[in-house]
Amino acid sequence: MLPTLNGRIQTRIFLLAVVGGLWTLLISPVLPGIGSGSLAEIYRMTFIVLLTTLILGIGWEFVYHLLQQFRWEKDWPTFFGLITVVNEGVLVWLLLGLGVVPGLAGGVPLSAFLVLFATTWLLVWLAANGPMRVPFVHWRFHGGRLL
Amino acid sequence: MRRSAVREETILLPGSAGAYVPDPSGAAQPGDLTTELIETDWWSDDLVARAGIPVVDVPFVSIGGGIGSFVTVDYLRICGVPTSSIRVLTQLEHPWESYEYLTRVSQIPREERLRSDSASCPDNIWGFPSYAVREAFATKSPRRLLQVAVEPIFDDYYTPKAGHAFATMEKEYHRISYPETVVKGQVRMVRRRVGGGYFTILTPPENTTPTRRVAYRSRFVHVAIGYPGLKFLPDLMDYRERHRDYSSVVNAYEPHEQIYSRLRAGPGTVLVRGGGIVASRVLQRLIDDRDARGLQTQILHVFRTFTTKSHGPHIWMRRRGGDGWAYQGFNYPKSVWGGQLKSRMRKLEGNARADLYKIFGGTNTPRRRSWQRQMARGRAEGWYRPFQGEITAMEPHGAGNVRVELKTEHGLEKVTVLGVIDCTGLEADISEHRVLADLLEHSGAGRNPLDRLDVDRTFEVRGTRNDPGRMHASGTATLGGYFPGVDTFLGLQIAAQEIADDLARLGFCKRLGPIRSTSQWWKWARGKPV
Repeated sequence: MLPTLNGRIQTRIFLLAVVGGLWTLLISPVLPGIGSGSLAEIYRMTFIVLLTTLILGIGWEFVYHLLQQFRWEKDWPTFFGLITVVNEGVLVWLLLGLGVVPGLAGGVPLSAFLVLFATTWLLVWLAANGPMRVPFVHWRFHGGRLL
Repeated sequence: MRRSAVREETILLPGSAGAYVPDPSGAAQPGDLTTELIETDWWSDDLVARAGIPVVDVPFVSIGGGIGSFVTVDYLRICGVPTSSIRVLTQLEHPWESYEYLTRVSQIPREERLRSDSASCPDNIWGFPSYAVREAFATKSPRRLLQVAVEPIFDDYYTPKAGHAFATMEKEYHRISYPETVVKGQVRMVRRRVGGGYFTILTPPENTTPTRRVAYRSRFVHVAIGYPGLKFLPDLMDYRERHRDYSSVVNAYEPHEQIYSRLRAGPGTVLVRGGGIVASRVLQRLIDDRDARGLQTQILHVFRTFTTKSHGPHIWMRRRGGDGWAYQGFNYPKSVWGGQLKSRMRKLEGNARADLYKIFGGTNTPRRRSWQRQMARGRAEGWYRPFQGEITAMEPHGAGNVRVELKTEHGLEKVTVLGVIDCTGLEADISEHRVLADLLEHSGAGRNPLDRLDVDRTFEVRGTRNDPGRMHASGTATLGGYFPGVDTFLGLQIAAQEIADDLARLGFCKRLGPIRSTSQWWKWARGKPV
């Protein structure tokens, strides 16, 4: 990808909200290890994880933008977009473990978290590397900005 | 009567302009340019009628007919413009003719790979599915998908095969009914019309029309004439002119198979000059031949600037380099096509813009692993010797050899070689192209900070506006503008998008919003007409 900082943030919000939101809606009921909670409780848990990822992600974009400055091409290789699942996933998991994420005092089962986080990440990454350009034909030439 | 307008130091391209010279007897020809027309900047309908030149009305005219015209017409067709509203005036048989010629002679035949990104698809404005995805499906192998996913960290940048690009362009060419828009002939000039819009004067092929010229009266004109000309360096021209030897000292952009044939016939040393992608490809060809046929070719490689390490103005702007080369994946740092550098350049004016062009300019080539291995082997085995130097003299030296004198860091060096392959080139000044020269002289066009055609952010040619008409330009003639990557597949598409957006604002075509974009993509995916 060839993002600008503004484009990164806009793309992050859009893709996590739309692709991530739809996927979370679909996958939440069948996540492993979620026990016998009601559907409302499950959705509450998974959407808080998604929202946490989105909010922390905006912070991460500043870090990535800084790292991008060391690159001559000022690009963000496709692989970086995939591998950053590790640092972002670990941070969200640590914060969940510390109980500092509002609304999730009871924590999240690890297996459910891993499946939710990894599959959402993969879908968002795939969407950003192709299908996104179908409805938004200007997007890739505008540094990832939608507005 | 015709003569070639291509000067001797210019490399001949397919469809190169042949300039019309008036009949020396002074006899008037029906429907020809008159002195009054030639000397008048603004033409009225009456003025053209008085000259007896027939007028064809069409809203949009694209001049050139190469890949620049093709991707612009592609955008307009996708934005709902019928073929009857478009005329492409060209000497080319098909849009990729010149490009394919240049890539082929510079050692990128159809089965070799271009220096172009996976998502830079002149046949597909969305760049999805990209060439890598399509190649993976066609070959039923995930190899290319994996490559594009991990490039350039764990693998080289994926680049498409030239043949893949041409074949897919041909498919799109038929899908959008491009041939219906084509009119063959040579464009002589574009002049502003009194009352709005433009007249484009076309010289059709001889004996195909009752008059020598035909005028296209249009609201919009798009200028995409490609390279004004590719020039040889003066020392190469000087050698050829003095010794009438055109086969031993060659430019890589002209056919030079004779050098490879002679190396196959017997051992020889060849001197390669230049540090760009063409030099890389020529080296690959020489080494591939050496390996495949067990040849004993010795390769001397002279760089004017010998890069030994990463270089650049500061830590945030360092380009990788080594073994003579400056390394870069594509013609420009990647983000000029959409990211940070595109956004930055768009804000710069005058010298500040020229300075940024200078920072990421300079000859460079991709750091491909296969080339690195070949050169490392050559250096280790002593048959490939790269060095810094400049050619100071060349003389014939019996049996088709050339004696070359070089100024190097170790002083003067003399070598005898079987041939010199010059992989450097100069682009001619825009005024060497008749259409551009006429625009500069008569139609209000000007030059940008790099002395090429000055275009706005929308690719409108500044100074030529003639309401309600507009003149746009794309391609290499506009290098130096607010967008740097103009002379590339993706750059032509970026220009086409800006032009289509500008024309949509003027009501000529539909805006490409999410719904139209998606529905048009679906048609593309199924191979259905627009």
